[in-house]
Amino acid sequence: MTVELAILLAVAVPFAGAVLIPLTGAKPNLRETVTLVCAALLFYLVSVIYPIVAAGGVPEVYLFEMLPGLSVFFLVEPLGLIFAGIASFLWIATSVYSIGYMRGHNEENQTRFYAYFAIALGAAMGVAFAGNMLTLFIFYEVLTLSTFPLVAHSGTDEAKRAGRVYLGVLLGTSIGFQLLAIIWTWSLTGTLDFTDGGILAGKADGLTAGILLALYIFGIGKAALMPFHRWLPAAMVAPTPVSALLHAVAVVKAGVFTVVKVVVYIFGIDFLFDIGVSEWLQYMAAATILIASLVAMTKDNLKARLAYSTVSQLSYVILGAMLVTDLGIIGSGMHIAMHAFGKITLFFCAGAFMVAAHKTEISQMRGIGHAMPFTTLAFFIGSLSVIGLPPMGGLWSKWYLALGTLETGKLWLLGVLMVSSLLNVAYLLPIPFRGFFSSPEENPPLKSSHNHDSEHDHTHDQDRPKGIKEAPVACLIAIGVTSAGCLVLFFYPDPVYDLMRQIVAP
Amino acid sequence: MAAQYPALQVVLALLAAPVCLILRRPNAAWAVATVITWISLALALSLLGRVWETGVILYPMGDWAAPWGIEYQIDTVNAFMLVIVTLIGSVVMPFARASVEAEIEEERIYLFYCMYLLNLAGLLGIAITGDVFNLFVFLEISSLSSYVMISLGRDKRALTAAYRYLVIGTIGATFYIIGVGMMYMTTGSLNMADLAAILPAVADSRTVLVALGFLTVGLGLKLALFPLHLWLPNAYAYAPSAVTVFLAATGTKVAVYAFIRIFFTVFGGVEIFTAGVIPQILAVLAALAMIGASAVAIYQTDVKRLLAYSSIAQIGYMVLGISMVTVTGLAGTIVHLFNHAIMKGGLFMAMGCILFKIGAVQLDQFEGLGKRMPVTMAAFVAGGFSLIGVPLTVGFVSKWYLVQAALEKGWWLAVAAILASSLLAVIYIWRVVEVAYFRPPPKGSAEVSEAPLSMLVPLWILIGASYYFGIDATQTLDIAFAAAETLFAPPL
Repeated sequence: MTVELAILLAVAVPFAGAVLIPLTGAKPNLRETVTLVCAALLFYLVSVIYPIVAAGGVPEVYLFEMLPGLSVFFLVEPLGLIFAGIASFLWIATSVYSIGYMRGHNEENQTRFYAYFAIALGAAMGVAFAGNMLTLFIFYEVLTLSTFPLVAHSGTDEAKRAGRVYLGVLLGTSIGFQLLAIIWTWSLTGTLDFTDGGILAGKADGLTAGILLALYIFGIGKAALMPFHRWLPAAMVAPTPVSALLHAVAVVKAGVFTVVKVVVYIFGIDFLFDIGVSEWLQYMAAATILIASLVAMTKDNLKARLAYSTVSQLSYVILGAMLVTDLGIIGSGMHIAMHAFGKITLFFCAGAFMVAAHKTEISQMRGIGHAMPFTTLAFFIGSLSVIGLPPMGGLWSKWYLALGTLETGKLWLLGVLMVSSLLNVAYLLPIPFRGFFSSPEENPPLKSSHNHDSEHDHTHDQDRPKGIKEAPVACLIAIGVTSAGCLVLFFYPDPVYDLMRQIVAP
Repeated sequence: MAAQYPALQVVLALLAAPVCLILRRPNAAWAVATVITWISLALALSLLGRVWETGVILYPMGDWAAPWGIEYQIDTVNAFMLVIVTLIGSVVMPFARASVEAEIEEERIYLFYCMYLLNLAGLLGIAITGDVFNLFVFLEISSLSSYVMISLGRDKRALTAAYRYLVIGTIGATFYIIGVGMMYMTTGSLNMADLAAILPAVADSRTVLVALGFLTVGLGLKLALFPLHLWLPNAYAYAPSAVTVFLAATGTKVAVYAFIRIFFTVFGGVEIFTAGVIPQILAVLAALAMIGASAVAIYQTDVKRLLAYSSIAQIGYMVLGISMVTVTGLAGTIVHLFNHAIMKGGLFMAMGCILFKIGAVQLDQFEGLGKRMPVTMAAFVAGGFSLIGVPLTVGFVSKWYLVQAALEKGWWLAVAAILASSLLAVIYIWRVVEVAYFRPPPKGSAEVSEAPLSMLVPLWILIGASYYFGIDATQTLDIAFAAAETLFAPPL
């Protein structure tokens, strides 16, 4: 298979899956087989592309001319490959997980769920492989629109409200700011191609570039930089596999991926460094890191806490990009990968707690390790990775981000990273610790019947399970794979690192 | 034969109208109207092809030489208009058969086809003629026939809507003809090219200035430029669906074309744009239309009215492009004429399908429509994306060029208005989507019940076109840019 074909298929396979899934909707087993086959095939295709890009190739596939002089085409460079690799691999894990979760939870409209899920993955592939900003924007918007039905899946009033926030913030920022920035870039430079060294150097003065950068960074609402982060916690009403893959990996990573891509290939690191307009955005990112961590500590609902943790972690990537140094960019790219594995594990566990023990609130999870030791252990592993402790992959990205801050000489930014890590410890680790070392009897009684999470249907503390009662096997397999991934990435982060190295030192 | 195409373009529809009157049988009238529209489309396409290859076509009517006789003058701009009008007509006709049967009393159906053909002839006449008085005649033909078509609706309010349109439309026509009269007074000519040559010499006179004022207001009424739009919402909302589709997609577009023609060709030699405040006035009105009408659309409970207000906003986009007086801006307007015609035509067709099945288009009636009429609602959502300006739709293409044009001019407020209007579109489209997809169908309603294929196919042709020309916009943009450059070129 030629690499060009592999690229085309990588984008086409999920969309084809989205067509096949409704056709097989009457037979759930066949339908899930379609999803799994598509996911596996997609990962295979990405692995076909990998060696070529790792060897320094930049395969290109021309699609069509959309506007005069402006075409839609794919171009795979290292950063995009990292994103595609993670998303496609984790799609397999999530598909396995979904089967256990959706059936265990008796969700309705599962066919629709799997179909839009596949579209979202196809869109994520399009974002990853986009050869210019127009192509990226197209798939970015497809991703927004295809995930809306997933967020509003349950159709309750709460889901509807969340859907409005989701769509309002994401479309508002992308049309209001990002599209403007794109057209502005086009009218300044006459190109939107992702080019080594950027396209704006020499075409835009410092002030224009500064405004453009702000329009891009805030316009990429999926990166959830405060104050445009509200959609992410709102999206947590979605079923947990959606939160796991899309709102911890595909959608949000598409956001920060776009940020890094814009910094590296539209502005160019050197140009951006010279004009120095990214400094105030470092402050914004640092503020988001700290504030979101602090908010996370106040959340008792596990998914809400994880959502704010994601907001915080995404700003690590933005911070790394805004440092506009080689090591900062490497750290950003690696954090996209490392955080993905850590956070998806945490979300999988949160879903497992919900399915097996019907628990959504952290205050109810004391002693949960007795009934669900495997899940709680995995949660511990994921937490370590998100915090950035060895022996987990999360260490490496924080390492390079820290080096990046040192490169710029801004010690206080290093301080922000360290404080944030401590905050991560404070809001993540108590959960598995209390799960193992407390007893369920210590749980406070539920305050009221009103529950924060709409998916949470019945909490009966009385019929607390005796002995071990884990989530469905399919869920456990997925959890095992992703938490193993966190470990593997500690010992073997080389593929990610090498790819990122290519970007800054071609 | 091919030399006579310009005349046939108008005359065919004009002569076929009385034929419908004689036939009286609904199906026969429908067949005549459909065949004539399709032939007109073929004629329009061949004219566009010829203009594209050999340049402007001049056709003196009855061999009376201009400027004394009426001359048809076809360049890229109006050839494109001819294609837009006949193309929409060709798709509307198959759709109309079932829709009209459901919405117009049987003994009046032949009248609809008769009036439709007159309307078609009028619109094509406006687009093709090179004579300002002849344009007035066609303007009246198209207007009078549209008043009748609107009043054919079963809803009693259609009558008042048509009456209101009649009053306002007549004022518009009167203003226009007063303007033409004043120009004739000072120049002694009615031929556009001739006027363009003479006007610069007499442009300083107050008469010409007042004439321009009358022309602007007159055409502004016809194209529903804010705040002269008051006739439009009710006319669109209460007219039979097929009428709404055709008028919304072509009527105001042709008026926009006439506006462009008067400003850029007739007054092309006069520096009305650089000297006066006209561009600023137009830009402000356009921005108000884009924001104001979109905001009003959000509060509509009748979805057809909602779309009508959205049309006023979209006309704002077109006028904004005109007001920039640049090639990019004008090309944005011209491409949006086409783009908006197909997307709004498609959306109103979806309304027609819903009216056909449900009998009303109040927002409450949309409950559960996502399940009951999945094909129609999917088309509505797809068309709604185009109104919002999601990439890969034609709406995105128009917006791209209008924003680019505004950026080139440094008109930041215009940029903000375009983007804000898109975001308001998200809100009004999503209101409908939420009701259709999140509320359960009312009890006792049939499970799935779609409109007939004869309506769904045209609907999806237009919706499909709004994606086809959004994915590959090079052809339409090439034409639009060529047309815009023609308009900026010095007169012949």
